[in-house]
Amino acid sequence: MSSEEYPLNNLLIRGIEINYLFVCPTKLWYFAKGITMEQESEWVDLGRFLHERSYFGEEKDVQIGPISIDFIRRGGVIEVHEVKHGKKMEKAHEMQALYYLYYLRRHGIKAKGVLHYPKLNETKEITLDGREDDIEKAIMEVERIESLPAPPRPRMKSICRKCAYYELCWV
Amino acid sequence: MRKRSLTLLSDGTLLRKENTLYFENAQGRKPLAIEGIYDIYVYGHVNITSQALHFLAQRGIVVHFFNHYGYYDGSFYPRECLNSGELIIKQVEHYLHKEKRLKLAKLFVVGGAKNMERNLRRWGINVDFSELLKELESVEKITEVMNVEARIRQEYYALWDEHLPEGFKIVKRTRRPPQNEMNALISFLNSRLYATIVSEIYNTQLIPTVSYLHEPSERRFSLALDLSEIFKPMIADRIANRLVKQGIARKEHFRAELNGVLLNDEGKRAVIKEYNEEMVKSVRHPKLKKNVTKQRLIRLEAYKLIKHLVGAQEYDPLVAWF
Ligand code: SF4
Repeated sequence: MSSEEYPLNNLLIRGIEINYLFVCPTKLWYFAKGITMEQESEWVDLGRFLHERSYFGEEKDVQIGPISIDFIRRGGVIEVHEVKHGKKMEKAHEMQALYYLYYLRRHGIKAKGVLHYPKLNETKEITLDGREDDIEKAIMEVERIESLPAPPRPRMKSICRKCAYYELCWV
Repeated sequence: MRKRSLTLLSDGTLLRKENTLYFENAQGRKPLAIEGIYDIYVYGHVNITSQALHFLAQRGIVVHFFNHYGYYDGSFYPRECLNSGELIIKQVEHYLHKEKRLKLAKLFVVGGAKNMERNLRRWGINVDFSELLKELESVEKITEVMNVEARIRQEYYALWDEHLPEGFKIVKRTRRPPQNEMNALISFLNSRLYATIVSEIYNTQLIPTVSYLHEPSERRFSLALDLSEIFKPMIADRIANRLVKQGIARKEHFRAELNGVLLNDEGKRAVIKEYNEEMVKSVRHPKLKKNVTKQRLIRLEAYKLIKHLVGAQEYDPLVAWF
């Protein structure tokens, strides 16, 4: 399905929701319903940011939560940088970054993504080309999960113990 | 930093200077690290400046006030910041829907009764309330549920009395004002526990004013009354029992006034100390497979309620395994 067929008018989904989709659907459901846990900080979302700043002005090195955006010379490409602690959630990070690129493209902005893993001394470049379908599927999946009448049943995984929702899920 | 409850027993003033909170009394001015405060319990005559209140509101710190006798007066409940439209709708839906409300109301009573049974067994009195609880199954009105609850409680007090030392019998549970020492002690502890539950609810997305066993009009934070059914026996009664059995609470800690028997200042101090120590004690949680404090058990109960309301898992009230 291409973006023309799917009515992604507003892209109301936040990057963090795409991230959570690949971390845990239970977490995504609770988060989307406003049932958040103390430690859970919400990232300022890219969409709101873009509208507030009427896209990119002269600013450089803007920090939106854990995302930083390098503003590139006129006519050049914008780089979205995300700094991550480890690779455990690689897929989630990647999809979140892709979502930002997708979002920017829908606003007519060409961009590429860079994931930083300072602890591993690694960086990873991400481009949207050819992966639009993945993102659209993810967006639809987020919407499907959020429309479920009850949270998806939790599944015990290695990350549960460190998850802010651990007590809620497993009590 | 682990956040802690702050109890103010002496008279003084709570004020803010720049970004520090101070408690000032006859002994001087003491800075309080606001990052480390979970909630505040005020027993003394305390003036609070509006700047201090603004500061506390900003940090989402609830302040509970107790009157001269140590009974709950009310709370400064900062504007709720954790809201979930979805949960509010579910909470209200479960109140309006007769069957759903009845189910929760009964579960609170069952949980309370099981915890009373548990206490009596710990104190060497073998009992089970299964017959009364069976009656509960068929009742169809909240008033009837309340009625069964009252009868269970009556039996519980009668049995508990057999085990209490002379001079500390409950005899007839009296309130407002309590007519003897044990009643005074239980009421004092229940007040404090109720405030603790209000604090725990504040830290979730539950709205404290919608309840099931108690009528929402009964008290402003009626959901805390519902949850206290589970925790009164498990926390307050156990502490009361221990205090009199171990002679920590003694006759001289009480005084008779025109309107009943009350704890004096020294008595209040002793009880609060015991309460605070109890709430930070931890027990191993069999499902979570980790240690949790007694206070945290209240939060976990709130989580279980949330799960019931959103349809994740049926509420199963906590029965002390410890
Ligand atoms: S504890 Fe596990 S199942 Fe629950 S939200 Fe977190 S990751 Fe998902």
